[in-house]
Amino acid sequence: MRARVSDRPPRAVKAQRSAGTTGIAASDARRAGWLLACVALLAVACLLSIAVGTRTIGVHTTWDAFAHYTGTDEQTIVRELRVPRLVLGLLTGVALGVCGALIQAVTRNPLADTQILGVNAGAALFVVFAVGVLGLTSIWSYVWFAFAGVAVAMVAVYALGSIGRGGATPVRLTLAGVALGAVMDGLSAGIRLVRPRAFDYLRFWDVGTLGGRPMSIALAVAPFIGVGLLLALTVARSLNAVAMGDDIARSLGADITRTRVLAVLAVMLLAGASTAAVGPIGFVGLMVPHAVRWLVGPDQRWILAFTVVCAPVLMLSADVIGRLVIRPAELQAGIVTAFVGAPVLIWMVRRSNVSAL
Amino acid sequence: MKALTRRQDGAPRVDFGHRVMVLRPSAAVSVRLSVRTTVVCAILLLLTLVVGVLALGTGEFSLPPDQVVRALTGQESGWARLVVVEWRLPRVVLALLIGSALGLSGAVFQSLMRNPLGSPDVIGFNTGAYTGVLVATAYVGHDYAQTSVGALVGGLLTAAVVYLLAYRQGVQGFRLIIVGIAVSAVLGSVNQWFIIKADLQTAYAAALWGQGSLNDLSWDQVPPVAYAVGALSLLLVAMGPSLRLLELGDDAASALGVRREPVRLAYLAVGVALTAVATAAAGPISFVALAAPQIAARLTRAPGIALVPSAVTGALLLLVGDFLAVRLFAPTQLPVGVVTVSLGGAYFAWLLARNTRGRK
Amino acid sequence: MNATPAPSDTAQSDAVETTGSAQTEAGLTPARLHAQGVTIGYDQRAICEDLSVEVPDGRFTVIVGPNACGKSTLLRALSRLLRPRRGRVVLDGRDIHGYPAKEVARRLGLLAQSSTAPEGISVADLVARGRFPHQKLIRQWSAHDEAAVLEAMEATGVTDLSGRLVDTLSGGQRQRVWLAMVLAQQTSIMLLDEPTTFLDIAHQVEVLELCVRLNREQRATMVAVLHDLNHACRYADHLIAMKAGRIVAQGDPREIVTAELVEEVFGLRCRIIDDPETHTPLIIPRSGIVTAPRTATTIHG
Repeated sequence: MRARVSDRPPRAVKAQRSAGTTGIAASDARRAGWLLACVALLAVACLLSIAVGTRTIGVHTTWDAFAHYTGTDEQTIVRELRVPRLVLGLLTGVALGVCGALIQAVTRNPLADTQILGVNAGAALFVVFAVGVLGLTSIWSYVWFAFAGVAVAMVAVYALGSIGRGGATPVRLTLAGVALGAVMDGLSAGIRLVRPRAFDYLRFWDVGTLGGRPMSIALAVAPFIGVGLLLALTVARSLNAVAMGDDIARSLGADITRTRVLAVLAVMLLAGASTAAVGPIGFVGLMVPHAVRWLVGPDQRWILAFTVVCAPVLMLSADVIGRLVIRPAELQAGIVTAFVGAPVLIWMVRRSNVSAL
Repeated sequence: MKALTRRQDGAPRVDFGHRVMVLRPSAAVSVRLSVRTTVVCAILLLLTLVVGVLALGTGEFSLPPDQVVRALTGQESGWARLVVVEWRLPRVVLALLIGSALGLSGAVFQSLMRNPLGSPDVIGFNTGAYTGVLVATAYVGHDYAQTSVGALVGGLLTAAVVYLLAYRQGVQGFRLIIVGIAVSAVLGSVNQWFIIKADLQTAYAAALWGQGSLNDLSWDQVPPVAYAVGALSLLLVAMGPSLRLLELGDDAASALGVRREPVRLAYLAVGVALTAVATAAAGPISFVALAAPQIAARLTRAPGIALVPSAVTGALLLLVGDFLAVRLFAPTQLPVGVVTVSLGGAYFAWLLARNTRGRK
Repeated sequence: MNATPAPSDTAQSDAVETTGSAQTEAGLTPARLHAQGVTIGYDQRAICEDLSVEVPDGRFTVIVGPNACGKSTLLRALSRLLRPRRGRVVLDGRDIHGYPAKEVARRLGLLAQSSTAPEGISVADLVARGRFPHQKLIRQWSAHDEAAVLEAMEATGVTDLSGRLVDTLSGGQRQRVWLAMVLAQQTSIMLLDEPTTFLDIAHQVEVLELCVRLNREQRATMVAVLHDLNHACRYADHLIAMKAGRIVAQGDPREIVTAELVEEVFGLRCRIIDDPETHTPLIIPRSGIVTAPRTATTIHG
């Protein structure tokens, strides 16, 4: 078998798209090196996130804001605005990235992201319902609707995907997510167009942003994200086995159903919490795990490790760039992520020869 | 050629595992049709006819089916004729044309990408068209012609950019998809930015267009759409069965004499053009392109993705969707896209739950 | 299947002599398919450089060599899937890339390695797709198409599976179905890229015996890339041994396969003995661990 690794898969064996490619950083030592570089990048992004804005703030002031708080304007900005924003960016960045990695592994589809399991559609539908039908208007009242929407959508998608013989196979999960997502999108579009007031509120909710959230939001969603990450870490190893196909996974002793259920649960917590906190920010969950896979190869543990570091880098740099480009106004992070991430993704796909996952 | 002689004794025909119909009117002309596919298509066409007559007969002024038929065949004059032929018929005709165009383009893309999620959306067409409309609405104006042109230019430009960015010694399906996703993500952001910057009315108009709608269509729009869809369908027929051979894998298709890259580009172009026509005429009506080929495949149980059943299913899907969009919350007319998405999605989910084909 | 009697062995070996000498002399009757000084590779990497090879007509040629020696690449170039960077592949006297695609497909068939059967396709449907190069827009299922499909299924022994879904078949059955598809193409030259990979020993033998039978009965020129040297020696009547993009030796396996050749090509020390069944060379690898023959008691015990 070993000798055949380089050969194209013959038709006798169904091609397993996730196995076989090694990535740019092939050895563990090189991967560790890259990881350190990414951590450094993250540190820079954190510093910039504190320093850059309508008012530029130095490292000193930041330090003083905590060590010797005297209540100056700048110190207050750091404590009340910049730090909550940084924390939120870190939390949701990690959550969205890991979420994407999990979904891609579980559905064995490199194109999968939160969109595909109907997550965003579920959140949007519940928020639309809250605003359009129940008439809630404050953002804080519908945060939890978003969470509930994600939860309901995930449960429904998983239930629909696992009915019938064969259980929740990747393709069935994907199709179920697309189908239910489409129905929920249709319903929420219907409500919006019938109620223009809801439409007006929601066009702003649709664009995810890190700005204007107090620390309490970050603290409220942190436990969910924490539990979600723990779950993700516990299933990482079995996801490696699941990626090889159900049969091989079974023979390697992985409990497929348990792995899938735990992974879906983790996605629910991570996506629900981050969507509730910052709105539907796309592209991070799709792009980061994908790019990371080209760098480190198909091992889920490395993918998760790199995703945890790289996703907040994308999130924070999008946020920082958003503050800079149309100063003194701001572009929402949800808009900027695609501008930052897409060129990287295109560049990578053009120079790599990998044909699949 | 032993088998030939055996055949003349009325001996074994090929067992395809399903019933087939072989028509050989002369030595130069022969076709093989799956009985099930043919029957399914016929039933779908019949259903389309029934829904069409129903749609023509209901609304603010109700007409019984027989009067509708008389009006269509020219035996009725005056009021009934005006309502049926002048007011309602163009909408039904456009629903059928656009529906089949969407079904066909969905089939072409799903087959090319070998992915049930393959659609023109994948290479950013609809997002680009939306950007085009937003730009047109913001800087030019938002009457029907302006939005149509905006959509057309935006969509085609995006598709071309995606193709060029993905081109590197030929275009490989996977790279095309990734580049398409990246480019649509950027354009999606641009769209969001437009929507929050624009005043409510502009944003609302754009959102209404963004759901796809057959409202306010008249006979004026029928000829261009009919010619375009007709010509593109003929082109698909002329390209023959090479799409099915591409499904066997690139090497096998080449070995069987399919010129891979030109054929693939030609199919991409036709698929995009079909979507472009539909989008320019009625906005991005979602889900028909995605669901029609899948529903057709499950109904016909034919291998792979078939073009004709997808077109027929698409036409029926859009017609029913439009019928419901107009009647469901009358007098408020929903954009048809809202209905197709809910209807198609629900039906799709039901099919999935029934697992009729045991697809994995 | 039960038609023409197999040509006698002597006739076969006569043919060996003629084509064998025509190879380098270039002139007499060049083989229908040959490569002239081709350089082939992917992207920037050249796999074979300035390679010339003839495929003797009407013979079962097998290309062997270690992994990554360029044997599949050569096959892809011969089947015009890869365009050589220099040199040319000639089919029936013309550059193979000068023909219309369908014209080549009527003369030369290829069992590709990476084919996928569309889901839900039945065996007969798949085999029928092999008729594409012969079909026209309005002539899609002539009596001749039907006969060719029937014959191809008969020859590969899949007639009984005809109505079954390809997804439900075993690996060996599936391979025979793909072979049937290539047969239905009715070409006089057939190239097979690793037709036995991932099949069990019985199915490997089955597929190879089928190839030999097709070669004898239909007088088809066959070229296969194989991994198993013993199978190659046993079934090929013309062997091409490759290493690092070059041809090391070619000819009748009974004449060219020696322990030295195997060591040179594969880096494997071995003994060559006579295959008691077919009297072709049989390669017995020398063991690095067990040097002395085991005692009789161990064998019986």
